[in-house]
Amino acid sequence: MSIDKGPSGLETQTKQVSAKRGHEEELRFETKLLHFGGEIDRATGASSVPIYQASTFHHEDVFNPPLHDYSRSGNPTRQALEDYIALLEGGVRGFAYASGMAAISSSFMLLSAGDHMIVTEDVYGGTYRLLTSILSRMGIESTFVDMTDLDQVKAVLKPNTKAVYMETPSNPTLKITDIGAVTDWAKEQGLLTLLDNTFMTPFYQRPIEFGVDIVIHSATKFLGGHSDVLAGLAVARTQELGDQLKQLQNGLGTVLGVQDSWLLMRGMKTLSTRMAHSEQSAAKLAAWLQGRSDIEQVYYPGLLNHPGREVHEKQSSGYGAVISFDVGSGERAKQVLNRVKLPLVAVSLGAVESILSYPAMMSHAAMGEKVRHERGITDGLLRFSVGLEDVDDLIADLDQAFSASN
Amino acid sequence: MEKKPLNIESRLAQIGSVQEPVTGAVNFPIYQATAYRHPKLGQSTGFDYARTKNPTRSVLEDACAELESGDAGFACSSGMAALQTIFALFGQGDHLIVSLDLYGGTYRLLERIMSKFGVTATYVDTNDLDALEGSRRPNTKAVFIETPTNPLMMVTDIEAVCTWARRHQLISIVDNTLLTPYFQRPIELGADIVIHSATKYLGGHNDVLAGIIVTKGKELSEEMAFLHNSIGAVLSPSDSYQLMRGMKTLALRMDRHESNATAVATFLTTHPAIGEVYYPGLPDHPGHEIQNRQSSGNTGIFSFKVKDARYVEPVLRHIKLIAFAESLGGVESLMTYPAVQTHADIPLEIREAIGVDDRLLRFSVGIEHADDLIADLDAALGAAMAEVEGSTGA
Repeated sequence: MSIDKGPSGLETQTKQVSAKRGHEEELRFETKLLHFGGEIDRATGASSVPIYQASTFHHEDVFNPPLHDYSRSGNPTRQALEDYIALLEGGVRGFAYASGMAAISSSFMLLSAGDHMIVTEDVYGGTYRLLTSILSRMGIESTFVDMTDLDQVKAVLKPNTKAVYMETPSNPTLKITDIGAVTDWAKEQGLLTLLDNTFMTPFYQRPIEFGVDIVIHSATKFLGGHSDVLAGLAVARTQELGDQLKQLQNGLGTVLGVQDSWLLMRGMKTLSTRMAHSEQSAAKLAAWLQGRSDIEQVYYPGLLNHPGREVHEKQSSGYGAVISFDVGSGERAKQVLNRVKLPLVAVSLGAVESILSYPAMMSHAAMGEKVRHERGITDGLLRFSVGLEDVDDLIADLDQAFSASN
Repeated sequence: MEKKPLNIESRLAQIGSVQEPVTGAVNFPIYQATAYRHPKLGQSTGFDYARTKNPTRSVLEDACAELESGDAGFACSSGMAALQTIFALFGQGDHLIVSLDLYGGTYRLLERIMSKFGVTATYVDTNDLDALEGSRRPNTKAVFIETPTNPLMMVTDIEAVCTWARRHQLISIVDNTLLTPYFQRPIELGADIVIHSATKYLGGHNDVLAGIIVTKGKELSEEMAFLHNSIGAVLSPSDSYQLMRGMKTLALRMDRHESNATAVATFLTTHPAIGEVYYPGLPDHPGHEIQNRQSSGNTGIFSFKVKDARYVEPVLRHIKLIAFAESLGGVESLMTYPAVQTHADIPLEIREAIGVDDRLLRFSVGIEHADDLIADLDAALGAAMAEVEGSTGA
């Protein structure tokens, strides 16, 4: 049954907790990560949200259903996570999904056959695949543009355009979109705006503050942070959109399991410390890479010569922990991948352990060679997600791998 | 001599058993990992990213495929997620033929979401081959059946429908939630795709939300793998483990659900507060014969109508042992009021045409002792009759 009950009482609970502890002013982000309203179980005082492994809930009274009646429609553990991310992103309502792709595919269901969408051209390969092979069949058309150039975005507007989908920094070349500029224009045109905030997390960037309607996360990455939970999150800026996303989440059933909801919250508590540490290491690593003559190109928004750095600094409080760099050729990339000892050679990113990926054969393999090259995802490009290891160990490991690869 | 295949009870009990080669652990471990190290570039252990494939989920998926006599299994975050993944096979301009008496969530998905993408559906009595043929259009791509249906327990002849579907090159999809492969295996009767809300009997404990898809045929299995990975509504590793754990006792539970349901349904047929009882296990049920032919047993849920709609509220208030909640298929008994709960999304005219009215209650019979369930119901029905008659008299 689709009873739409609205958000749980947790938002109010946060305020009560804050008032009780004498917090008059708005709490800082680092504090909100730990004091989000769900940190204490009201029934027992337990120091973390219980895992409610129940699919259904008893009705005391036929015509007054309980807050949650079926776990697909709402589960207390998942609800705590959903309220948590809504609070962190500054939206009105949050949603947890089985994966980042489930969050993205469910959000796209807001559209209908005949609608057109403008999408950032170096979008994640899985999103590209969803758009070009599944949504296209459902009559949704998408145009991929360089979102860093507002004129290009404007040029592809059609009478049936309904939405703009951004990723910034983009994956893997870390191009910067001016969130405010695109969103302001989209609003003038009456378009829905969606933004994948996976790389920055709300710790560094809160797109809703710039008017973005729906913020999406692959929470498998930095939010979860431990390579042990597959999850997606979405946050709606308005009540109306929140209601629509709720109907879709319930109707499609793409929800996150309760144990994973709990694990994700556990990971999120350390978000600020993890991000800050990884960013510091990433800055040092990027500078070191840039100083090497055998590295052709380094992409990192924190580098002084990174195109879009100024725009990025206007909208984000940090540069994140993902660096991409070109080692010169596909052959050399393969040698490096086979020689590194510390980072995990794998897909995914945003974990406590460093992960080195090869976009051409991994995250962006779904894209096809021609499109991939057009978007700067060259055969020599590697993506480094900087973890919590000591950065000098990471540098030494890369140094030995580079030196032995020609 | 040809080796005799294991009986289903043995295969169920040993799902995931002794498959872990490193430590010999008898139960398969929960792999909570999302990423998998590549031994060398271009080499894979078979696992790259948990959305695409996770070792724990794979054991579950392979077991489901094998139990349903299919070629590939896919575990999803809910029954509705499984259904959505299947429906993504279709696109703009496609048409589906669907069982008239249908779970409300399936109806909602078709009418509120798939319809936006140009997929249309016609609802027919799938046991009426003339009605099926009459609803077929040049753009019809598939037929979707629930048997028995929820909540009215109408039985469809799976083999007849699948044969008809094959003749017209339609994909046949069977929702096997209520019977499970322990009692019924639609792929053996010609179905292309079987779907489960595994939240129900497969999980069996009202504690895991999950959906299962099983496909037959290489092409369909590959297409489903693509959709499953691309849409990403996959089941978590911990819930995959919980589901396998539940499935190990499926045979025992189903046998008890069936015997309890038969006992309680039989009791209700004689109760003065009760009008109709809908249970294919009763000899006078119109689908009894087809059911016995295509299934080796009966489900644990049935529906019944109280004689007076005013009994409903006090009955639900007075039941003590039986919980009033949505869902079904768990070890605990649950009572549902379909008109306001599971089927609220189906328009009144369709609901009334098929008989989901305000006198109908659905009972998911658990594995408690049948006599305790009968006593609880008897007391609640007696109290409801007394209240209603008392207020009428006053």
